[in-house]
Amino acid sequence: MNSLIGSAAVTAAWLGSGVLAVLGLVAGYRRSPELLRGAKYTATFVFAAMAVALATMEWALLTHDFSVEYVANVGSLETPPYYTAISLWSSLEGSILFWAFILAAYTALVVFVQRRSTSRLLPYALGVLGIVGLFFYGLVATVASPFGVVSPAPLNGPGPNPLLQNHPLMGLHPPLLYLGYVGMAVPFAFGIAALLSGKVDEEWIRTTRRWTVTPWAFLSLGIIAGAWWSYEVLGWGGYWAWDPVENASFLPWLTATAFLHSVMVQERRGMLKTWNLTLVIGTFLLTLFGTFLTRSGVLDSVHAFTEGFIGPLFLAFIAFVTLTSLTLIAWRADRLHSPGSLDGVISRESSFILNNLIFAAFTFTVLLGTTFPLVIEAINGDRVSVGPPYFNMVSIPLGLLLLFLMGVGPALPWRRTTGERLKRSFVRPVVVGLVVATASLALGVRSPYPIITFAFAGFVMTTIVDEFRKGISARRRISGVGFFRGFGQILTRNNRRYGGYTVHAGIVVIIVALAVSGTWRFEREATLRAGEHMVLGDYTVQFDSLWAFEEPHRVVVNSAFTASRAGRLLGTIEPRMNFYSQQPNEPIATPAVRSFIDADLYLTLMAFDQQNASHATVRVIVNPGVPWLWIGGMIIAIGAILSVAPQRHRTPAVSVFAGRATEVPKTDENSGVDAERDLEPAGATSS
Amino acid sequence: MKRSKLLWGVLGGAAVVAAIGTLLVGGLSENVVYFLTPSELVARGTEAVDQPLRLGGQVKPGSVVWDAEELDLIFAVQDSVGEIGVRYTGAQPAMFREGIGVVIEGSMQGNGVFEATNLMVKHSNEYKAPHGDSIPGTMYESIIRPEVEE
Repeated sequence: MNSLIGSAAVTAAWLGSGVLAVLGLVAGYRRSPELLRGAKYTATFVFAAMAVALATMEWALLTHDFSVEYVANVGSLETPPYYTAISLWSSLEGSILFWAFILAAYTALVVFVQRRSTSRLLPYALGVLGIVGLFFYGLVATVASPFGVVSPAPLNGPGPNPLLQNHPLMGLHPPLLYLGYVGMAVPFAFGIAALLSGKVDEEWIRTTRRWTVTPWAFLSLGIIAGAWWSYEVLGWGGYWAWDPVENASFLPWLTATAFLHSVMVQERRGMLKTWNLTLVIGTFLLTLFGTFLTRSGVLDSVHAFTEGFIGPLFLAFIAFVTLTSLTLIAWRADRLHSPGSLDGVISRESSFILNNLIFAAFTFTVLLGTTFPLVIEAINGDRVSVGPPYFNMVSIPLGLLLLFLMGVGPALPWRRTTGERLKRSFVRPVVVGLVVATASLALGVRSPYPIITFAFAGFVMTTIVDEFRKGISARRRISGVGFFRGFGQILTRNNRRYGGYTVHAGIVVIIVALAVSGTWRFEREATLRAGEHMVLGDYTVQFDSLWAFEEPHRVVVNSAFTASRAGRLLGTIEPRMNFYSQQPNEPIATPAVRSFIDADLYLTLMAFDQQNASHATVRVIVNPGVPWLWIGGMIIAIGAILSVAPQRHRTPAVSVFAGRATEVPKTDENSGVDAERDLEPAGATSS
Repeated sequence: MKRSKLLWGVLGGAAVVAAIGTLLVGGLSENVVYFLTPSELVARGTEAVDQPLRLGGQVKPGSVVWDAEELDLIFAVQDSVGEIGVRYTGAQPAMFREGIGVVIEGSMQGNGVFEATNLMVKHSNEYKAPHGDSIPGTMYESIIRPEVEE
């Protein structure tokens, strides 16, 4: 019954998506409000159908309906309900269903948010989302259907992959990532709509700003949650290994980040039209490529993926999107000329252009390293991998350049600047950077990369703090409020700008944490008898006892260690090893992490005495800085929420005053003008 | 004026691209890690010394020498044709045993021993119903305490 409902629902969504594609495109071409209304109803219908499909699958999972093929593959009676619910994304078919559901949800959300819009772009965008849906709902309805019927239904199943049911973060990481991935389809659809309609001005960019920042934030948090999951589950004490699966999520993040910056140049100056379209198309293609990499089996073997339908279909769709997009850009080339041009070599827009060049180079580097092994294997059958040294060698200098620009860009004015103004903006930050560098040297840091990182971080953080200070004092002057009210006002009235700076601060925190953990991590392994201890820097770890216990779906081997830091007792730390019944020979390590403000103490149980539990082998890792990775992620989340939050209505009185802000004392000219200007429609300022 | 600035921009961009391109090509060629079988590694002879490699094969039965105090592990890894002596310092992976498939990261030393920096037991994706001795509850019977967690 569940199979029948599910199959019917996804088939209905598939057909509906075809109708949506036709109605949307024709409505756009004929400028027909009636057809547009039809497209909107269809998009809502498709969403309803996918919601039914998703609910049916969840119901089948939770009620253990093993007659449904997917449930028979990933379900088991012993798996706890939480992991049963999230096993929706533990395997290919369920993931694609989830992907497709999110696409339907985003499409319906576009219809809802734009319900009063009379834009010429909307029907085309809905049509493009319909075409994307045609592919994904088609996969779910046919070759990747999770709703196949198993007859006779088995009495029990194997349960999800043990790695994916070992940590609660599995309930967070994939949905965040998918919300990010799929969300990029919306700005892509509006970009294509701009090309199709011939209305290639700034409208599509203004319409999609929140539609880009939101999936960008989900993608960022998804990547961080993935790193966290890897850290908490895999037991190697690291969080990022430049694994192809990780790179798959990082690639669209790079181009999306570049896009978030370059659109500002187009909004202000009307430049970079073709480039912005290229970036949004590239980002969407990279999300498709990422899904292809992680879901087609191509990583196991280049030759294996052609045995299934999924891989070749994905490649065909990627090729179709690429060719169509390029053709459209070529077709509209005459309208893509930029009215603006670069006025000053040192200006906000030139720093954004440099930022974009670096992001492009970064993307190319990671893409090359990720695809190189696939290409080699396809050509001559050699199995190779590209190690982290390659990625680190390129990404560290590029990352540092980007960090530096993060401090330079926001403090530079648009168009051109003067030496006087440069001095005013940068003396303090440069001094702080130099002080930080000197302090690092004095404290005994000798490797160049950490010193440069800290100096740049000090520089950038100072420019961010300065921007906030300038904004607050401008607010205080304009509306005569106190410091905290002023702070609140810049956050609510100019949330896009200060949300962006908050995101920058989060990124700086993460980069510093990466440098610290990459430089000062240390570890030791030892086999200890009960009562024996080992010493690691400040830390002492003593092995107390070991025992096992049975749960319905696994056997847990639990070890207990007593740890202390600098003589202060930290209590018991219990790393485990979990043996799941479907893979009894491949235990899943469950490290135990004790976090401090500056570092993590990380224990992994490596081996144990199986007869009398008298000894255990433990890997102890001291991971400085790592807690700040997650804190930085939370700062990014706060900044992103701020920057997409609805802007508070601005009273006309303030805007008149702000327009004359050049009259206020000279030291605050920067923020007085720039901060308020961001509130105005972009068109007004580029004139 | 505008034209010359544009030119500078283009030149600057080209310089960045060229520099990065050089870095990339150099970096890739130095950091490609080959995945070899023992016989392929034997065939490469001294050419393979000091190259970072991943070696995949089966732990030769009867070859494992394990010093639990010093965490020093010596064994041979084999395929149907050749075999290579491997030395690894660190804890044995939990399921390491004779006859099992392993992937070893490390490099060949001049003395003909493969010095491993990382040792992984090969994961098989296929599902096998647990039976007899391989049921964890039976394997670790002697250390199971009746209490349930929390």
